[in-house]
Amino acid sequence: MRQPAQPEPGASPSIWSRLSTITDYFAWPLRTSHYLELVNPLWTTHKLQARVVKVWDETKDARTLTLRPGLNWRGHRAGQHVRVGIPANGKHYTRTYTISSPPEREDDCFTITVKAIDKGTISHHIVRNIKVGDYLPIGLPQGDFYLPDAQPIQPLFITAGSGITPAFSMVNSLIAQGRLPDTHHIHYAPHEFDVVLGKELKAMDRYNDRYHLHLIYSREGDDPSRNRFSAAQLDALCPDWKERDVYACGPPSLLEAIEQCMEDAGCIRRLHVERFRAPFTEVPADAVGGRVRFAQSDVETDGDSDTPLLKVAEEAGMNPPHGCRMGICHTCNTTLVSGCVRDLRTGEVLNEAGSIVQTCICAAAGDCELDL
Amino acid sequence: MKTHQYPVDLTDEQIEEFGNELEAIRNEVFDSRGDRDRAYILKVIKTQRTMAVSARFIIYLSLFFIPAWGHALAAWPVMLTILGLGVFMLGIAKILENMEIAHNVLHAQWDWMKDPEIQSNTWEWDTMSPSDRWMHSHNVVHHTWTNVLEKDLDVGYGIMRVTPMQKWKPAFLLQPIYFILLMLLFEEGVAVHEQAIDDHLKGKNKLKDFTPLLKRIGYKVWRQVAKDYIAWPLAAALVAIPISFYVSFSPLLVFGIVAGANAVANLIRNIWAFTIIFCGHFPAGAHNFTLEQVEGETRGRWYLRQMLGSCNIEGGKLFHILSGNLSHQIEHHLFPDMCSNRYQEVAPRVRALADRYGIPYNSASLFRQFGTTWLNNLRLAFPGGGEPYEPRREQASQS
Repeated sequence: MRQPAQPEPGASPSIWSRLSTITDYFAWPLRTSHYLELVNPLWTTHKLQARVVKVWDETKDARTLTLRPGLNWRGHRAGQHVRVGIPANGKHYTRTYTISSPPEREDDCFTITVKAIDKGTISHHIVRNIKVGDYLPIGLPQGDFYLPDAQPIQPLFITAGSGITPAFSMVNSLIAQGRLPDTHHIHYAPHEFDVVLGKELKAMDRYNDRYHLHLIYSREGDDPSRNRFSAAQLDALCPDWKERDVYACGPPSLLEAIEQCMEDAGCIRRLHVERFRAPFTEVPADAVGGRVRFAQSDVETDGDSDTPLLKVAEEAGMNPPHGCRMGICHTCNTTLVSGCVRDLRTGEVLNEAGSIVQTCICAAAGDCELDL
Repeated sequence: MKTHQYPVDLTDEQIEEFGNELEAIRNEVFDSRGDRDRAYILKVIKTQRTMAVSARFIIYLSLFFIPAWGHALAAWPVMLTILGLGVFMLGIAKILENMEIAHNVLHAQWDWMKDPEIQSNTWEWDTMSPSDRWMHSHNVVHHTWTNVLEKDLDVGYGIMRVTPMQKWKPAFLLQPIYFILLMLLFEEGVAVHEQAIDDHLKGKNKLKDFTPLLKRIGYKVWRQVAKDYIAWPLAAALVAIPISFYVSFSPLLVFGIVAGANAVANLIRNIWAFTIIFCGHFPAGAHNFTLEQVEGETRGRWYLRQMLGSCNIEGGKLFHILSGNLSHQIEHHLFPDMCSNRYQEVAPRVRALADRYGIPYNSASLFRQFGTTWLNNLRLAFPGGGEPYEPRREQASQS
């Protein structure tokens, strides 16, 4: 029997990409997409952007942005997150947010819900300054924190604060598909009015027999410490928790407590966790040198607080790109993978992963890793 | 104490103090960068792209006014006016791209925004020189070794005598012709402005030593030629073929008109860029330096050399933008990675600082700066013209 011909992967580019190979001759050194951007920023192929179509305050410090993604967007799975580029004070920052809307949404938009966190310049900027009509660069949906497609499971969601977002998306998606299993959801918030998406959660609880919501206000009542997560609390709210698949998202302290509890009960394999990763490295107060790692060369050495990293690399036997050695030509630019470096000219500390580092005038400020 | 050999009456300590004051200005401006700077560069980029694509279509539009169409407005004066507008706009768009956008992006002036679309290491510009090659010969060699003989290839670009310190050779008799040729073919000149090629002409290396480099330049040149002299003219000619059955006008001529229009736009950009750039370090009063003078140079002395070796051009806001703010050549050389929209506001502070320390600040009209550059070029084609290889205490008479 003859098999139908299968297209080889990558062998036949789409008509659009063939056409743009030709039109790119007209646009060189840019691409056709750069000129399409002038007409509609959602048509670009060189970067993916989204238009802010609605902003809505969930609580006094949390806001939901409804975003219309560009043409190259692909649908997400409930629970996945997306990278969002945010311009603040002239600089471009990238942050990752969970998509809070279900994929079944009909208008091709998706939402992210952002809570302004203490000292979080970017989350404050999103919550206060992003306007309808702004265009934000976005990535494609990513992440493996989603419900399995096939087997019927009985989920238990344990969330806190803005950790509600993946659970909200998952439950809504199951409701939209009409296949919501018996679901328990324990959510922690400081007070009643601090519950992100609180009204929607209560409505879901009211209209769906199989969805059981337990809201716990951790700073209310006579003895707030009794409201903290514990195995006893779990037994009281959801007696069959040991038979359920647990999906947890929240601050590290909560996740640690849940992990410990599940470990003790011997059902750690039923636990699925989504963590918020801290985007900043702590700046050591007494910034001296530290271990310097050059990721690509797989070299690790010590660098002190006033030796330029370029010199540190050279003394370790490497020959990284460099030019003027005085910070003007930017030939030595590289990316900070992790850790903390200091600009020797200004004393400015760079501690955000992904920052551009001029190795000839930056020194280690604690441990650091560079993409060299 | 005075141990330096720079042509100023300052002690070593005063030069360092001068350097520290400049450093303070730099830090102050760098700390204040923010939303308005980002808004500026985004606006310039958007304007440039809109202008470039509109210009291309205005050139196409002019083809509908060739007399052969026979309608009321189909006449050469109408056609040429529209064509001229398109060519002028395309020239301006190329000038904006090369000078205010690409030159400054490639100096890493906008890297602080961390915008992945506007980064020095990924930006490719609309000229024949590949941007990474240019960044090496310009950012590294020229900006570090500004006006130092035997080090800075931009001192005469290897073909001209721009200071009496360069030894005269009979070949320099032809330099007024090189001057004109380089003006007309500036884009091509920049593309082949490479130490390796310069060395090859002097017989110091073999062709195969730098074949990969030539291939890189070759690819960039091909894509530039393919755009301006094949793609855009050919598209017009292909559309003109079916039309030519009804309107008697040769598609070949259509090809020629569009290609010619693009050539003129490139020429406008070449002449303008050459004029501005030659006013940067060659007008009367700009100093050149010997290797001995810059031996063991400190940061303060480096600042001093940049100031003595660079010249500003005076003009209005639009003039500064069209010159890529290279009209603030002094500020650009002191702070090459400061975003260009800030040069205008630091210029008065730098000028006042120079005045306090009694350091010459060479700033004049385009007429004076380009005029003296040109007169210099004529004078230095012949032997003499000033002291050879002597550190000069005062402004050399170069007439």
